[in-house]
Amino acid sequence: MNVASKLESLLIEEFAPQFLTIDNESHMHSGPATESHFKVTLVSARFEGMRAVARHQAVYRSVAELMQNPIHALALHLFTEQEWQEKGQVSPASPTCRGGSKAS
Amino acid sequence: MDIVESIKKQISENSILLYMKGTPQFPQCGFSSRTVEAVMACGHKFAYVNILEHPDIRSELPKFANWPTFPQLWVNGELVGGCDIVTEMAQSGELQPLLDAAVKA
Repeated sequence: MNVASKLESLLIEEFAPQFLTIDNESHMHSGPATESHFKVTLVSARFEGMRAVARHQAVYRSVAELMQNPIHALALHLFTEQEWQEKGQVSPASPTCRGGSKAS
Repeated sequence: MDIVESIKKQISENSILLYMKGTPQFPQCGFSSRTVEAVMACGHKFAYVNILEHPDIRSELPKFANWPTFPQLWVNGELVGGCDIVTEMAQSGELQPLLDAAVKA
């Protein structure tokens, strides 16, 4: 199973999302890895009443087995249904690479 | 000093503290770059740690923080978040008052 599919199944199981997209952004970054950088946009009722930092920690916990190896960066845009509607159903673009560990 | 102890000391002694890849002048990661820009735009002095030069902090802080990646912004001893959260707070206008209050505290 590829990393995106694995991410997807873990997130569906934990958050029962109303909306979920997973973008593989590895091509935007240095290094040979093809499954290292992902962006997740996730809308779930589970996030009601949770602060941003707690939402992110909950997602990181649910996909802990994939973090560091093989996933190096996971951009998270986590909304409740209401917030998602208010945002106009768009999540922000990720930044481009600046060399990072490979440049040092 | 034990590495977790020195992390705790850094966090408690610096009201605005950014753990990042590279330096504010030369960020070495797009996520760190975007985060440090948002923090600098608020106009306060802040402390930073370049985790590329501190492999021990890089390996230990994620466990302590329950946060696997960098950058990490800490304000008044509390983890605010990484790039996505800090950028969103900057856009919504929440970051400025948070940092203003941290400097006064």
